[in-house]
Amino acid sequence: MNYGRRFLILWVVASVVLTPIVAIFVGPEIPPGNGSVQAAGQVLDNTVLVSVMTPVLLFVLLFVAFSLSHFRSSRSDTGDGPADRGNSRIQMVWAVVTTVTVLGLATFGSYQLIQDGAGGGQGPSAAFLPAGYASALNVQVIGQQWAFTYRYPSYGGVETPQLFLPANTLVRLNVTSLDVVHSFWAYQLGVKADANPGVNNVVYVQLKGPQSFDIRCAELCGLWHGYMFDTGHVVTPAAFKKWIAEQVAFYKPIEKYLPPYAPFYFPEPTHRAG
Amino acid sequence: MVYGRPVTNGWRLLAVAVGVVVVGALIGLYVSDYLVGNTPSYTPPVQQSGAGKSVNLTIETVAAVGPQLASNHPDWVSYLVREGSDWKRTTVWHVPADATVHVTLYNFDGASGLRNPFFARPSGIVGPMKVDGRPIDALDPNDASHTFAVPALGIVIPIAPVGDNAKNQCGYAPCSLSMAHRTITFTFRTGASGHYRWQCFVPCAAGYVFGNGGPMQTIGYMSGFLNVG
Repeated sequence: MNYGRRFLILWVVASVVLTPIVAIFVGPEIPPGNGSVQAAGQVLDNTVLVSVMTPVLLFVLLFVAFSLSHFRSSRSDTGDGPADRGNSRIQMVWAVVTTVTVLGLATFGSYQLIQDGAGGGQGPSAAFLPAGYASALNVQVIGQQWAFTYRYPSYGGVETPQLFLPANTLVRLNVTSLDVVHSFWAYQLGVKADANPGVNNVVYVQLKGPQSFDIRCAELCGLWHGYMFDTGHVVTPAAFKKWIAEQVAFYKPIEKYLPPYAPFYFPEPTHRAG
Repeated sequence: MVYGRPVTNGWRLLAVAVGVVVVGALIGLYVSDYLVGNTPSYTPPVQQSGAGKSVNLTIETVAAVGPQLASNHPDWVSYLVREGSDWKRTTVWHVPADATVHVTLYNFDGASGLRNPFFARPSGIVGPMKVDGRPIDALDPNDASHTFAVPALGIVIPIAPVGDNAKNQCGYAPCSLSMAHRTITFTFRTGASGHYRWQCFVPCAAGYVFGNGGPMQTIGYMSGFLNVG
């Protein structure tokens, strides 16, 4: 049996054994988790990626190992080996396999993206709308040096220091900034969207059951960037109604001072120091 | 004419590497010194009673810290803390866990205004916040001079300003209580041990972009840590 066939058999066997193991046991463990439909979609994306990557990686590693094992030259042999030119079959296979792999992943990624935006910011005019988007709960995320605050236009525009969301609900997050560029990253929800001053960056997220999730700023925004984190909460609809009613009551004294709800919040900086 | 042995590439690489490390370390030292400003920490005395542990923290905010307390940045706005009879430019404070902290804050600065009116609502405290002895539930955001806020503990305290027309205003620290000032009092519970950042949310650093540079991003002026535990 020639070397090429032996290597091919070795690679196919290794791939057939390891790829399902990676897909079944490794893929689902890759973050961000199962906190939302978008997060679960990202886990699926990662699972597909590592599953496709496994035979490619095995090919490279096995090829190196096989070459070291079978074609290692002696210490005294310092000359180059004969050039291998004109093998059009190998070139064709290489071109076809890599093209199919890359285009296949691009098609899959694009399909996943257009379903609902895949948890990423889509700018002010979201193009990838999930089913039922018109009735999504609107929540504004306001980044500022160095904390996020949240406004709920469906509840009088009340602004709160914490993010509470009702479980099993489609939420439209309107991410913006008061000052510099921040990035709103709700890790377990699979949401990440830049918070730009004067811009409404829309992201849709279909929540699952009650849970807590980490919120971080993912854009270096000044000295205290590293401390710009918080914990968000997905709670039952009943608990959310109770919580939002408490917030509306507590923040009533500043209701008259808050600006009317708008897609972004960017006060004229010359009105303030600096 | 060439003297001595030629310098090998290895030595050149080593010299460049050593140079990069030395310059990097010097830059790091400069930046850390600029940011931390050699600020020490302060631990207020702890009182123990039947109601548990408590501390009294007396702080003030000044429009300019003055050359006596910060010779490198005398015109920066700053918080100060009272240690005994002295005012110190110290913004890292150690307080016990599960304790009650009674804060008295003297403000000698005028209004700057909040960028986000949300921070005009006192929150995260036990009982009301009082301004000159009167409880208030919100400050006009345009009147806010500064805030004392610990985001992780949900504490937000908007600080009432000294009026523009007030007599005997303090130009720079140290400021005497005989000068124009506002007195803000509030109480909060510390809860679990932790390392909590506090900051001002009024963009009050005049001369910096959006008022949020300089003293706003330098420990020892308008931000610091509350070390609980």
